[in-house]
Amino acid sequence: MNSSQLFGIATLAYLLSSALYTALLIFKNKKIGPYAITVTIFGFLVQTVALGLRWYESYQQGIGHAPLTNMYESLVFFSWATILFYIILEFKVKNRVIGAFVVPIAFVAMAYASLAKGMSQQIEPLNPALQSNWLIAHVITCFIGYSAFAVAAGLGVMYLLKKSAINKNLPPDTLTGSLPDLQFIDHLTHRTIVFGFLWLSAGIISGAVWANEAWGTYWSWDPKETWSIITWFIYASTLHARFTRGWRGSRIAWLAIIGFFAVFFTYFGVNYLLSGLHSYGSQ
Amino acid sequence: MSTQNKNAFWSLFSSVKLALFLLFTLATTSIIGTIVPQNNPPEFYIRLYGAPLARFMQTLGVPDMYNSWWFIGLLLLFSLNLIVCSLERIPHVWRLVTQDNLKTNPAKLEKMGQREIIPLPGTSMGEAVAKTTSYFARQGWKAAKRDKDGGTLFFAQKGAWTRFGVYLVHSSILIILVGAIIGSPTFARKFFHAPNFAFKGSVMLPEGKATNFVYSSQNGREIPLGFTVRCDHFDIEYYSNGMPKDYRAKLTVIDHGKVVLQRDIEVNHPLRYKGITFYQASYQPYPSFIVRVKNKKTGVEKKDVIPAREQIVWKKGGASFGIINMQNRGQIVQRIKVWFTDNQGAPSEFWIEPNREAVIKRPSGDFLFKAKQLYATGLQVSKDPGVWLVYLGCALMLIGLLVAFFMSHRKIWAFVSEKEGQVSVLFAGSANKNKLGFEKTFTAFIDKIKGLAG
Repeated sequence: MNSSQLFGIATLAYLLSSALYTALLIFKNKKIGPYAITVTIFGFLVQTVALGLRWYESYQQGIGHAPLTNMYESLVFFSWATILFYIILEFKVKNRVIGAFVVPIAFVAMAYASLAKGMSQQIEPLNPALQSNWLIAHVITCFIGYSAFAVAAGLGVMYLLKKSAINKNLPPDTLTGSLPDLQFIDHLTHRTIVFGFLWLSAGIISGAVWANEAWGTYWSWDPKETWSIITWFIYASTLHARFTRGWRGSRIAWLAIIGFFAVFFTYFGVNYLLSGLHSYGSQ
Repeated sequence: MSTQNKNAFWSLFSSVKLALFLLFTLATTSIIGTIVPQNNPPEFYIRLYGAPLARFMQTLGVPDMYNSWWFIGLLLLFSLNLIVCSLERIPHVWRLVTQDNLKTNPAKLEKMGQREIIPLPGTSMGEAVAKTTSYFARQGWKAAKRDKDGGTLFFAQKGAWTRFGVYLVHSSILIILVGAIIGSPTFARKFFHAPNFAFKGSVMLPEGKATNFVYSSQNGREIPLGFTVRCDHFDIEYYSNGMPKDYRAKLTVIDHGKVVLQRDIEVNHPLRYKGITFYQASYQPYPSFIVRVKNKKTGVEKKDVIPAREQIVWKKGGASFGIINMQNRGQIVQRIKVWFTDNQGAPSEFWIEPNREAVIKRPSGDFLFKAKQLYATGLQVSKDPGVWLVYLGCALMLIGLLVAFFMSHRKIWAFVSEKEGQVSVLFAGSANKNKLGFEKTFTAFIDKIKGLAG
């Protein structure tokens, strides 16, 4: 058994658990819930073992490094962090329907990582620029932030669905009836953004310190840096709009979604559409 | 400035609306510089966008937009907004933190979000006050008390200072910006007229050569270092798949004629001396070689830098040699063909990899021969006297965010009173953030008291 096969199993587990969570949302049959979370945890454990195994395999090839160094590995880690975040969230807030909005994100990331054209799944040696202790700190902080923002966007979508159902006066037993109440989703979206914002800040800072160690400039307005600060500005605005102007509900939900688009562009768009220091991320 | 003008200015810059507008404008305008390639020569933009649009871009400083007057202006407005907003609110927060909470009218306690009445049957007022004091103390809350009409009011709080967390974040941004200004080469040059106060520069330093200046990245002018740095050695290590694994340069720092520092630098491991940092950034291979030859019989040795395709006469060693051919990958030499003679018999000719030692058997005896391709290390050199402030600001920002988001100002009051011969304590509490979390804290607090009172 090698790490790729285990990642495959994890991907299938996330597909199954996405289906189960969606079924839970549609049929509102509470019996499905325990199966959904069990499959999710199973997938998560398999993926965790696979990450460790890939790390070990890299040492066997004599180029040992943490599996956090190219697009494939970052997608796998993003999906792992998102699931971890979700599992903790589910146990904390004791609501399972949210899974239908989050687990599919992790599944899509895994599926894209394994199926996308030109995505190298090889364990490659590190180029000199990436050989730094800051690598792990930088990637982990950024991706915890990204995964929190992914969850916040999922919650935003959930809020807007529920809100539109209420506006249309749909009877409570329709699809959205099983969603938690609006105020709760709003509160959770906000807390998730706050959490993500802290980690995004830490991610940008660790990146700046690393850049200064490697190149002698902590900030060079490289497209990746610029997009990360754009994302930071968007979430900073969201937090200020809420704290000082009292924005709630749909506006915050939309901002959570817009913010995630910025995250998405920082992560993907910059690598594929723009050039810069982070170009190794597109290989 | 009239008072009215001052008020208009003040109210504009103290508004969060302006902050939101500036954040939005900074976010959207920043996109331009990620789409339009930055810091290219003017011809580049004319070729890419045509002359009229390129001229328009030049006027607005788009080719270097993050240093343009309007972008710097936006950042300045943002800083001003941040300062005024904070100054406007800090006095209010100061009052909240220092206010005398024992002045609270006990009647207000009954309207607070969290409240609970604990009856203390069969106790006198004096005993109830003593008990309440211990209820607070045993749970780690330092309570103050004051006699009021109809009873005694207690007050205890935790984390009052956390109300300043958000201002810590705001000041951290200002500290970072100040650090950025202090470390800015442009500022050092234009405003302080001291180009070597802060600079970014670079230099190509061939092996064996030394320099006491570098070239400014901004205008190519020489910037004196105040000491000398020498490159003793440069090497590239490869992975088995041919990918570069390591660029390594051995540097020596010479200050006032004395060697003060000698170290290998590689990417991610720079060398620092007197506030100036040397980064391994690039390299340049030359079609020349550092050659070591040794006559084993006589023990005579020679080390020299020689160009390719040139015959070298080595009188002391009694030989002549040269590198007559090379096999390259790009500019990097993979193999060399050596020509060697001791002027007896036919010359030796052979292929060998650089850095490999060859033993050449000649009629007059054995010779050792080793050649290394000559490289220059490309050093990025920077002096940033503001970077410690930037790092301090970053650390304060993270601490500030933790405090602002995850800690709250929690207050608990208690009012001991007697009604119709029954003594009871009314507990009430509030928090400025994370109300759900405080609800749990308060419930646990009350449950403990119920246990103690029960």
